[in-house]
Amino acid sequence: MSPARFCKGQGRMLRLILSKLLYLVPTFLGITIIAFSFVRILPGDPVLLMAGERGVTPERHAELSAQLGYDKSVVLQYFDFLWRLLQGDLGHSLVTKKPVMDEFLALFPATVELGLCAILLATLIGVPVGVLAAIKRGSWFDQVSMTTALVGFSMPIFWWGLLLIIFFSGILGWTPVSGRISLMYYFPDVTGFMLIDSLLSGQSGAFTSAVRHLILPSVVLATIPLAVIARQTRSAMLEVMGEDYVRTARAKGMPTRRVIGVHALRNAMIPVITTIGLQIGVLMAGAILTETIFSWPGIGKWMIDSIARRDYPVVQSGLLLIAALVMIVNLLVDLTYGLINPRIRNK
Amino acid sequence: MKTLFVLASAALAMTAVTAQAKTFVYCSEASPEGFDPAPYTAGGTFDASAHPIFNRLTEFKKGTTEVEPGLAESWEVSEDGTEYTFKLRQGVKWHSNESFTPTRDFNADDVIFSYDRQGNAENPWHQYIPGITYEYYTSMAMPDLIKSVEKIDDYTVKFTLNQPEAPFLANIAMPFASIVSKEYADALDAAGTREDLNNLPIGTGPFKFVAYQKDAVIRYTKNTEYWGTPAIIDDLIFAITPDAAVRLQKLKAGECHLMPYPAPADIEAIRTDPNLKLDEQAGLNVGYLAYNTTQAPFDNPVVRKALNMAIDKNAIVEAVFQGAALPAKNPIPPTMWSYNEAIEDDAYDPEAAKAMLEEAGVTDLSMKIWAMPVQRPYMPNARRTAELMQEDLAQVGVDVEIVSYEWGEYLAKSMEAGRDGAVMLGWTGDNGDPDNFLSVLLSCDSAGEGGANRAFWCNEEFSALLKDAKVTADPAERTALYEQAQVIFKEQAPWFTIAHSTQYVPMSNKVSGFKMSPLGDFTFETVDIAE
Repeated sequence: MSPARFCKGQGRMLRLILSKLLYLVPTFLGITIIAFSFVRILPGDPVLLMAGERGVTPERHAELSAQLGYDKSVVLQYFDFLWRLLQGDLGHSLVTKKPVMDEFLALFPATVELGLCAILLATLIGVPVGVLAAIKRGSWFDQVSMTTALVGFSMPIFWWGLLLIIFFSGILGWTPVSGRISLMYYFPDVTGFMLIDSLLSGQSGAFTSAVRHLILPSVVLATIPLAVIARQTRSAMLEVMGEDYVRTARAKGMPTRRVIGVHALRNAMIPVITTIGLQIGVLMAGAILTETIFSWPGIGKWMIDSIARRDYPVVQSGLLLIAALVMIVNLLVDLTYGLINPRIRNK
Repeated sequence: MKTLFVLASAALAMTAVTAQAKTFVYCSEASPEGFDPAPYTAGGTFDASAHPIFNRLTEFKKGTTEVEPGLAESWEVSEDGTEYTFKLRQGVKWHSNESFTPTRDFNADDVIFSYDRQGNAENPWHQYIPGITYEYYTSMAMPDLIKSVEKIDDYTVKFTLNQPEAPFLANIAMPFASIVSKEYADALDAAGTREDLNNLPIGTGPFKFVAYQKDAVIRYTKNTEYWGTPAIIDDLIFAITPDAAVRLQKLKAGECHLMPYPAPADIEAIRTDPNLKLDEQAGLNVGYLAYNTTQAPFDNPVVRKALNMAIDKNAIVEAVFQGAALPAKNPIPPTMWSYNEAIEDDAYDPEAAKAMLEEAGVTDLSMKIWAMPVQRPYMPNARRTAELMQEDLAQVGVDVEIVSYEWGEYLAKSMEAGRDGAVMLGWTGDNGDPDNFLSVLLSCDSAGEGGANRAFWCNEEFSALLKDAKVTADPAERTALYEQAQVIFKEQAPWFTIAHSTQYVPMSNKVSGFKMSPLGDFTFETVDIAE
């Protein structure tokens, strides 16, 4: 490749990245409006909820509402919120009174660790299964794996998680019931990722304990993405394998393994990568239930509790942070897509 | 020979092994909102902060609602009941941590600080976290009650009240009144880390705070210098496990020793498990259906009585509470002192009820019953209860419509004057004092806006008895007054009293010494684990 062509290629990539980033701004603004209004559409007044059965006098109610800034008009409240957001102030939890950002940072690594393990599991098992099912289309493997995938896809996560706990932890005693690591281990939080921190701590058995605690939650969280990825890979592979260029490669005498590995798989990966990216968004939703069952201290559970308590600042800012995360991941997926598929970046 | 010697000394060494540190694991149901007890109201938060780490001037005797000396060794109450002079305990040591070592013992300065920061808006610590409010201090009416808190000397503090208030000693035993260290506050001020009062607590209690991993684990260690009886266990861990089914699995797997709030459906399984045992006690709560006594025909006590007699209370306890409750006949639970055992409940007699309604001239009555949308400690399923009531009342010719609102709205709307219908609700006691139930829920004063008297019931005789009982400090006199008040309540029937839900605490068989608190507190300085 000539240097000029190389630079041009890089330039196109850069333009792709910039155009994607530019899209983020209106998307983000839209999300702030949704996050803000969503909680307020729910009936229920945080002051009243905090008071409970005891009740609160009208004066006290007015006092507390003013203190929390809820006596102003909704529009004013929104611009207040946006203004502070731009200054990096995500507000304070109504319940704990701590800064929302601090709470998010404390809980975020746990969700990421669980999510990463889950998506890894889903991809490392889902893709090969999908490929194999496509190659051996119609075989017992194909039918069994796709039926299992359908069941997995339809599984209620909460029930599935409890079932696994009762069976593997309760009856068999193979896995711990909940938490990130055995309570025996106590070491400082360096990265927030238990797998890394346990290794850094040097305590014997800590890493093993962390891994053991990750097994069930990862399996539960990976179930739906795994099912979707397997099915998506299979259909993508089938589509690609029916293409002319694959038939041509075969006709030229190329060994099947090369046909699949070099031609079919690479092209089938394009929709599969998109699926994986989308599944990461789904993971956030699954994380809420999984974290509750396994007492996994992450942001999913944090969000659900905050919604129930009408902890407006946490719900607003939390939604924003999660949305930002999903947006970044999808941006990366789009860019990867652009890398793999030259047609996209050359548009 | 040498081998034998080596083996023998090894065996000897093993028997001489020092006792392992005892670590007790409690599977708690919720994350603490923070570790400063004053700004919060959740029981789970107090279990993690006020009970292990702090003490108060007075304390509740373990397992009861009786008040006993705490950080105050003794006290004198003036003739008119408005001045309380407390003699403080000497030699009480504060905890220390990595950044703070106390240079003095607990004294009056700490008491003054603990109250002043909550009640006095001018106190520099009043808003040490922006937006903080002292909900319990306010709702227990402390601002109106406390006129001043003065230091007489290093170990004497005088509280002057605006009016006599017999429950005062019980109020200051509550978690919000925990005593915090003024010296620590000053040190945090100097270091510019005031929020650590809430993150890294320093108290005088039986356990010292070690660390908190958000939403996961809280670690404490025994305070070896505790002024009272030191804890038996060495380390205490809270493993935060919000789901009741998972908590039980952990208990069964031996990952924790004790847990709160089991699911009612699991109670039988726990009872029959050979490795577990179950403590139980009627909770300090009541579930009720409050009629709107200002709305005809519910302004007629005969009508209310008749409706009460038409509802099958035992069926509700069986179906909704699955037997995990005591049918209620009084507005206060049996665990509360002055409970009037002699009172007879309204019998379940639909025939008599129908007759009474006819006699009162009530025919073709239509009414609304409000059901909560959420589960509460005193009511696991309000909708199901309402449906049972609907069925029962249909049998006596009363047509019931069930209504519900979102929880916050439900609480607000149910107190609106002219509310249409009978509202289901309940109450959990704060301080073990009957006044905390009866005044708050049934007095004339609380029948207006901002109150909690959902029956809007104002009976002069009843309210007068409550006022008298609040003013006198003599327990025998107060008991008699409250007993009489309960008689009036029964006659007038502003509520259909449903049940007092039973509190269950499952634990491992190895655990001994746990005292169930009627107030629902979980404390661990008396527990021991058998090896």
